[in-house]
Amino acid sequence: MRYSVWQLVKQGLRGHTGWPRMWRDPQPKSSYDVVIVGGGGHGLATAYYLAREHGIRNVAVLEKGWIGGGNVGRNTTIIRSNYLLGANLHFYEYAMKLWEGLERELNFNTMVSQRGVLNLFHSDAQRDAYARRGNAMRLAGVDAELLDVDGVRALVPMLDLDNARFPVLGGLLQPRGGTVRHDAVAWGYARAADALGVDIIQNCEVTGIRRDQGRVTGVDTTRGFMATPRVAAAVAGHTSRVADMAGLRLPVESHVLQAFVTEGVKPLLDTVMTFGAGHFYVSQSDKGGLVFGGDLDGYNSYAQRGNLPAMEDVMAGGMAVLPVMGRLRVLRQWGGVVDMTMDGSPIITCTDVPGFYLNGGWCYGGFKATPASGWCFAHTIARDEPHPLSAAFTIDRFHEGRLLDEKGVGPNPWIQ
Amino acid sequence: MHRIDCPWCGLRDEAEFQYQGDASVAPPPLEGDIDEAMAAVYLRENPRGWHQEWWHHVAGCRQYVRVLRHTGSHEVAATGWPDSRLEPPA
Ligand SMILES: Cc1cc2nc3c(=O)[nH]c(=O)nc-3n(C[C@H](O)[C@H](O)[C@H](O)COP(=O)(O)OP(=O)(O)OC[C@H]3O[C@@H](n4cnc5c(N)ncnc54)[C@H](O)[C@@H]3O)c2cc1C
Ligand SMILES: [Zn+2]
Repeated sequence: MRYSVWQLVKQGLRGHTGWPRMWRDPQPKSSYDVVIVGGGGHGLATAYYLAREHGIRNVAVLEKGWIGGGNVGRNTTIIRSNYLLGANLHFYEYAMKLWEGLERELNFNTMVSQRGVLNLFHSDAQRDAYARRGNAMRLAGVDAELLDVDGVRALVPMLDLDNARFPVLGGLLQPRGGTVRHDAVAWGYARAADALGVDIIQNCEVTGIRRDQGRVTGVDTTRGFMATPRVAAAVAGHTSRVADMAGLRLPVESHVLQAFVTEGVKPLLDTVMTFGAGHFYVSQSDKGGLVFGGDLDGYNSYAQRGNLPAMEDVMAGGMAVLPVMGRLRVLRQWGGVVDMTMDGSPIITCTDVPGFYLNGGWCYGGFKATPASGWCFAHTIARDEPHPLSAAFTIDRFHEGRLLDEKGVGPNPWIQ
Repeated sequence: MHRIDCPWCGLRDEAEFQYQGDASVAPPPLEGDIDEAMAAVYLRENPRGWHQEWWHHVAGCRQYVRVLRHTGSHEVAATGWPDSRLEPPA
């Protein structure tokens, strides 16, 4: 069914009892041309673009839980392309362009809201660094504006600009940055991929990858064996575990990242704002809650829950810049397992195992990449070679010393 | 919330420590080749299970503590000196 205003009226008059399910619930087939492991945003987008751009439709997406239960449904929904390094800039800007047309493309309201992303700076040195990043963005055709403190005040009036220790001196704004309804991205891609013939199979965990003379021949799952010449993993925090099934060790550690939502209040903040003197970022959801987060908990973990010290640190950062927050109650808090790489940049790659492809290492920032990640990964799988936009993200960069260390912190994932 | 038994200071709160990563990684041999160096610097087992790790007691004695911790349950099974051998519970 095509969604439209007319459908809404028609279904509304019938008491909303006539909406069909958004995707089928197929039985697994005995073989596929491509098996995608992981039904998060990246796996689903990959399936969609494989079918749409490359005509490969005999595809299964295998998800051990349910669609939207992983990080695609746990993130803080921020999209932006305000990077410094060329490879990252061009890739994330391509994602931004795809976001801008996504609702029409998928016929699904993903609530793309380009409300701006503002990074505050608090010292002369930080201003210089942000100005440099803003210039790099503009050279790459990405929108960027350097605001002085009056510009910041006009945009976010309730900030504490005169904090004694970290006064706000200004900010770097990307006006086209913003937020996207995260679950809707998963559902929209799932529905669109399904309509092109992709089998989305939930409650189906991949437990092994079979190989014959090195080449991939199929996957063992909790719902039986499926033969396939191509297995493509997009499993976020579980990247190392699935790569291990193909005999690979990766430059990846799994860590927990938390997020928080307060009770709903009237409109208070109509942009995404990040504090520059600690790790804290915040936006306001359409329901009125402040959605915020900060640092990783800081140790290897596969537990989808966070701990108190990180919570305290995030709240302290928030109170330093947005003291009005102190009057609000936190309603919900949760954690997601993120796959941190040794240079903080993602991996989209063919591997030394013929027929095994890997998409991962998204760290705490892969939601914004979803459309471009699917686009480039589908190309990588279909052509057995990297897409030009993701050529810098191949796994051999670690061996060759061409790291993409955006922050310059070295191979210490827990402080990325 | 983790509590870590520092061999020098006793049972202390996680907030006194700074995590320092996988303690099973050995420095690469000086005469080794690039693959060994690359493996030591970048490649990690990243297990879902028992993990040998370093916790630096920064807000205490400032020693490096070896910790055996479960990455799923967050249970700390054992702690010791840097050269201690810590065995996972049976
Ligand atoms: C708290 C938090 C806040 C974040 N905020 C932002 C943000 O504001 N902006 C941003 O850009 N990014 C953000 N991120 C990062 C972003 O959410 C992730 O990088 C991205 O969602 C990962 O890709 P995915 O959607 O495919 O992952 P997921 O949705 O996690 O999908 C992976 C799927 O693989 C499945 N799986 C794993 N192992 C197997 C197996 N063996 N067999 C079958 N299925 C398997 C999992 O169940 C899971 O559903 C945040 C992350 C967290 C945790
Ligand atoms: Zn101590």
